[in-house]
Amino acid sequence: MLSLGGVTAGYGETRVLEDLTLSFAEGERLAIIGRNGMGKTTTLATMMGLTRLHSGAVRLRGADISRLPPHRRQASGLGIVPQTRDIFPSLSVEENLLAGQTRGGGTLAEAYALFPRLRERRRNGGALLSGGEQQMLAIARTLMGRPEVLLLDEPLEGLAPVICQMLMDVFERLSAEGRTIVLVEQHAELALRFADRAVILDTGRIVHEGRAADVLADPALLDRHVGVGLDV
Amino acid sequence: MSPNPRRLVPDLVILAAAVGLFFVFPYDLAFLTRILIMVVFVLSLDLVLGYAGIATLGHAAMYGTGAYAAGLFAIHVSADPLLGLAAGAVAGAAIAAVSGLIMMRAHGLTLLMLSIAVAQVLQEVANKARPVTGGADGLRGIRMEPVLGIWEFDFIGRTGYWYAFTVMALVLVMLKVVVASPFGLSARGIHESPARMRAIGTPVYARLVAIYTLAGGIAGVAGALAAQVTSLVSLEVYSFEHSAEAVIMLVLGGTGRLYGAVLGVALFMTVEHLAAAVDPFNWLFIIGALVLGVVFFVPAGLMGVPGALARLGRGR
Repeated sequence: MLSLGGVTAGYGETRVLEDLTLSFAEGERLAIIGRNGMGKTTTLATMMGLTRLHSGAVRLRGADISRLPPHRRQASGLGIVPQTRDIFPSLSVEENLLAGQTRGGGTLAEAYALFPRLRERRRNGGALLSGGEQQMLAIARTLMGRPEVLLLDEPLEGLAPVICQMLMDVFERLSAEGRTIVLVEQHAELALRFADRAVILDTGRIVHEGRAADVLADPALLDRHVGVGLDV
Repeated sequence: MSPNPRRLVPDLVILAAAVGLFFVFPYDLAFLTRILIMVVFVLSLDLVLGYAGIATLGHAAMYGTGAYAAGLFAIHVSADPLLGLAAGAVAGAAIAAVSGLIMMRAHGLTLLMLSIAVAQVLQEVANKARPVTGGADGLRGIRMEPVLGIWEFDFIGRTGYWYAFTVMALVLVMLKVVVASPFGLSARGIHESPARMRAIGTPVYARLVAIYTLAGGIAGVAGALAAQVTSLVSLEVYSFEHSAEAVIMLVLGGTGRLYGAVLGVALFMTVEHLAAAVDPFNWLFIIGALVLGVVFFVPAGLMGVPGALARLGRGR
């Protein structure tokens, strides 16, 4: 489905990813875990075309999309939910959703069906939402572009356990609909229980790749590369 | 979005005001028509500056081009007012599209300078093309046919007034639809953060060029209206003062709200009209004081007054 081949990328002259090679299949659930600053966010941003690609190639269904700008990648089927959520504070919930709507994209009804809470808050300004509601809105807004590959950057960060579980249920539902999901997450256990396959990043390189269940069953590996253990 | 009748209240107030002013000031219709034309121009500026955050001090480039296009169209092709409006819109949009391809790659001060430069270049082109435009003497000989073949432009300006009002109302309604659409909301998103919009898949550069082109078309309509109603196009249509005054009017009324353009133009031009009559030499002092007062006390413009009063009432 999507692959990074020998990718070295970063921001300006700063290189964060070094010769990273990674691929995943259609409908797969991939977890990318690792300590802070190891290149997880940069990996997703590179897939989306939001970083500077120094070398290597990004391919979607075999086609080289390395030179495509983010909006063309979005039109090709990629969608990212950024770690910072990036809600527009001066727009209402409904306006935030419509701002992310593309031609032939998702509808408000679909967004509200997935997150009924957003329907209740549809007239509220983005700045007045709780963290959980902001995350729901960020996910729903990205889904307005109908992505086939959903790139989720730490969607559970700073959220109450009950909201985390609700969002994980939503990810299950999106996956069941056939979407490919790449989940970057500090909550290693939640991410590994969800994913089919896991990749551990350390200083911009892949230090382990394998079945998520195997990684979950190896506390020493997690402790060595993730450091936070199983915290949920 | 479910229709909300309360949203029509400002439109009904504008309509009532237009009818009232028509009967109360029957001999000031030329001035009132100028206000309506300026509202169309400032509405187009609001789309660019207030919604998309495109800094410009050269919006007169599109207004002036629309005015010359409509004037020349009336003289050489057809004197039908509606066709003339279309000619003005196409000309304004074309200038905006061409200049926008370059300008929308720039930001901040560079963008501001480019916008001024485009208007100045066009003004000089119009000046040098004297055989076509009349140069510094202006383009004369514009004689319009009746609107829809029915309403002739009269000396008092009744037809011009209602014609300008109808165009203004249509532009306002169209812009209300545009700014509430995903296209318009993406403009606000770009204003807040181009990087965020890129991340969610919006082609920011292309969207800015499209917004600038649409606004250029509307500014062209305003220019065409002015040419048709006054039967004259002078080099002043491209002047820096024209662009700058439009920005001041928008700031006075409140940016990014559409109705702010209506309020800002009405206030600015009324104060200008009255102050210039009282003191023809120092009236700018009054305008300056007005702008200072609004910017200092209600930075959101006149549209922000109700909110400011409500906050005052709550003691905040």
